[in-house]
Amino acid sequence: MTWRRWAIPVSGVPLLALLAYGLTQDARTIPSPLPGKAAPDFALVTLSGDSVRLRDLAGQVVLVNFWASWCLACRGEHHVLLDAARRYRDQGLRIVGVVYDDSRENASQWMAERGGDWPNGLDLGSHTAIQYGLFGVPETFFVGRDGRIAYKQIGPLDSAVVDRWVPRLLAATPGASNLPTVGESPGYVRTSPDFPTATGTVRRP
Amino acid sequence: MNAVIGHAATLLGLLLAAFGAVAAFVAARTGEARYFAGARRAGLGVFACVAIAFATMERALITHDFSVSYVEQVGSRATPLFYTIISLWSALEGSILLWALILAAYTALLVRWSTRANAAQPADPQVPYALGTLLCVNVFFLLLISWPANPFRVLNPAPLDGPGPNALLQNSPFMGVHPPLLYTGYVGMAVPFSLAVGALLAGRLNPDWPRLIRRWTLVPWTFLSLGIVAGSWWSYEVLGWGGYWAWDPVENASFMPWLTATAFLHSVMVQERRGMLKTWTITLIVGTFLLTVLGTFLTRSGVLASVHAFTQSAIGPFFLVFLGIVLLGSLTLLAWRSDALRSEGRFDAALSRETAFVVNNLLFAAFAFVVLLGTMFPLLAEAVRGVKVSVGGPYFSEMSVPIALLLVFLAGVGPALPWRQGSLALLRGKFRWPFVAALGVGVALAVAGVRAPLALLTFVLAVFSGGLLVTEFAEATGARRRATGAGTLPALWGVATSNRRRYGGYIVHTGILVIAVGIAASATFRREDEWTIPRGATQDFGRYQIRFDSVWAVHEARRDGVVAATTVSLQGTVLTRLYPRLNYYPTAMEPIGTPALRANMREDLYLVLLAYTQDGEHATIKAIVSPLVGWIWLGGGIVGLGALFALWPARKRDPPTPAAAAVVTRERRAREAVGR
Repeated sequence: MTWRRWAIPVSGVPLLALLAYGLTQDARTIPSPLPGKAAPDFALVTLSGDSVRLRDLAGQVVLVNFWASWCLACRGEHHVLLDAARRYRDQGLRIVGVVYDDSRENASQWMAERGGDWPNGLDLGSHTAIQYGLFGVPETFFVGRDGRIAYKQIGPLDSAVVDRWVPRLLAATPGASNLPTVGESPGYVRTSPDFPTATGTVRRP
Repeated sequence: MNAVIGHAATLLGLLLAAFGAVAAFVAARTGEARYFAGARRAGLGVFACVAIAFATMERALITHDFSVSYVEQVGSRATPLFYTIISLWSALEGSILLWALILAAYTALLVRWSTRANAAQPADPQVPYALGTLLCVNVFFLLLISWPANPFRVLNPAPLDGPGPNALLQNSPFMGVHPPLLYTGYVGMAVPFSLAVGALLAGRLNPDWPRLIRRWTLVPWTFLSLGIVAGSWWSYEVLGWGGYWAWDPVENASFMPWLTATAFLHSVMVQERRGMLKTWTITLIVGTFLLTVLGTFLTRSGVLASVHAFTQSAIGPFFLVFLGIVLLGSLTLLAWRSDALRSEGRFDAALSRETAFVVNNLLFAAFAFVVLLGTMFPLLAEAVRGVKVSVGGPYFSEMSVPIALLLVFLAGVGPALPWRQGSLALLRGKFRWPFVAALGVGVALAVAGVRAPLALLTFVLAVFSGGLLVTEFAEATGARRRATGAGTLPALWGVATSNRRRYGGYIVHTGILVIAVGIAASATFRREDEWTIPRGATQDFGRYQIRFDSVWAVHEARRDGVVAATTVSLQGTVLTRLYPRLNYYPTAMEPIGTPALRANMREDLYLVLLAYTQDGEHATIKAIVSPLVGWIWLGGGIVGLGALFALWPARKRDPPTPAAAAVVTRERRAREAVGR
């Protein structure tokens, strides 16, 4: 066998190296540049016709919650938001809903049926969703007093997540870092596999 | 108890496979019959052991023996019996057990066949080499289920109940059909691979080698084709998105070996007829097996994110080592032995069936490369540039549509071209009527308002190729009628059964054309819409009127469901009632929909329940109309029938009587006359 012949089997080596590299990575993690960065500002017209602007809430802890009336998982997490509003409002928590890919009528009816008095901005054209790198709904961004995104929840909220982050953010003084130190990985979020399910929870076709 | 029996059977199977592999290689080197006999017995023993392990796992699942780790993972007392039985392959370890069972069954078949082959040619080392190679593959998979992916670990104390299989996998009976079909196809590619390695190790090819390996490839190819179509159908019926193919890595993993195996089935004919393309043919079959291993690695090791990926597991490094051995080993073998595979024939003319086959092979290889590149690209981008990318449908569609169109064209033109050298005059005669038919259909569709150019082109090419295939049948039938005086149908049957491989192949081509039309129509002319409808109200959707009647909840042992009742009318006449539903499984965070369909060959109406109000006064319903989508499943059935027809053993013929020989000669003359 001449040396030139050896080139044939050797050509398989880069492929194997690539696959070996792949084994060291977790395909399910999606890097998100947002946690740790300043939350993109937005100004939206709310369902009631007023306007809501994130910058106006500077210095407060804000949950920016992306949702839609067609989203079933949003239905499931709504009571968590109501509960968070009830428990933490007095301490200064603000909730801002961003209605994603939906009509004013449907979203208004949804809020009227389920309750909740926080402002909900209608994200026409999905510009805000794009700025936030929205993966799907529901998705919630925890914005600290310093205006930075401390945590991003992909998928429905639960009370444990709220209780883990909100008290910590409320306790922090503006200027101090809200970033977690141990146990959390700030730059990455884990997602569940996205099935093209009927409910369109993760991604709307 | 079940855990101990199952694990012991796996370990014994592993030992037997290792022993058999060694014995087979010794037999190939020394030519000693008793070693080969030992290897054959070991091969049968492997099958017996894996069958016992498989049966034990089924027994553990059915009797809810939660002391077996895998039962604890996928079993549940609330799951119905059918889903309990098929839950065996609903998670990683069990799916490898199914894999091992199918592999062992193929091994037993190869043993049975090799006994006969060896009796005919006792000194031929190809067969023992092939059996040894196949047993090595067995060793690998049995190693997986005896150690890193062992489904028979003992749990003590045993839990009282389990979660049941993944909710999506117990939502449709297709779970019982698609994986076994697909695995039977996928795993079966190990047999032609082993035969190819056997031939390479022996350094020569028997004259009947192409015939033999073709048969061993056509069987898994048929199952793979049916498995892919069944998977698309399942995806269509259960996932509620109205689609059937998403270029997901696991779908691609099943499609790539199908492409190379299809290329192989064509190039092996050139090898058989003309003694050409030997190295290429053997590379294709080796590549097919490599792609099955690569596909399994990609989707079972967590390297790529996929709808089908199971949870993270420890088998990744094992698979990588196995893939490395197979890849480097077979490439080295190919490089070392390619001298032994020199071509005998050469190309006579540009316009010949050989050329058509070569073009076909280039197209299939390009197709496989396009899919491989798209599948691997996210990994490549992350390794090189450190960015996460995903390659979506648009890339695959843009790259594959032109290739697919050319293949549709060749599906009819290839069979119409004669071997060696074709003449334009002959082609003009053959092409006339199909050309007129295709032109007629194209004009009629354009007049009827079909404006999508790609879909129109697909329809026209499919009619043209279909016309050519019909011509092939019609000419031969006509010649036979004239020669024998038989009626049309008996003559057609006589023609088809006189060369099952050829006419079975044409039936398969017809099925592919039907699938192509179905894909083009349903992808181009699909319409969808969704509305929130008050109870009792009617929503117009194209030709249909959909009335939302009511919504109610049902409680079942393993799940709860919400069912919406709708009445579908067409221009005022009630057609049917459809009941799309949402299922809530305790293990699933989100409800899983079961769409409702009104399907026929013209178009499917597909309703999905997206949401409802608690008081039952409103429901959000998505409706999809997919024209000709049923043609895809129909075409899949035709492909299966054609392959079955080609595989059906020809009746043992008596030596031809002079009268029969005269008929054959007369037929040939008559056909030549038509051709001229």
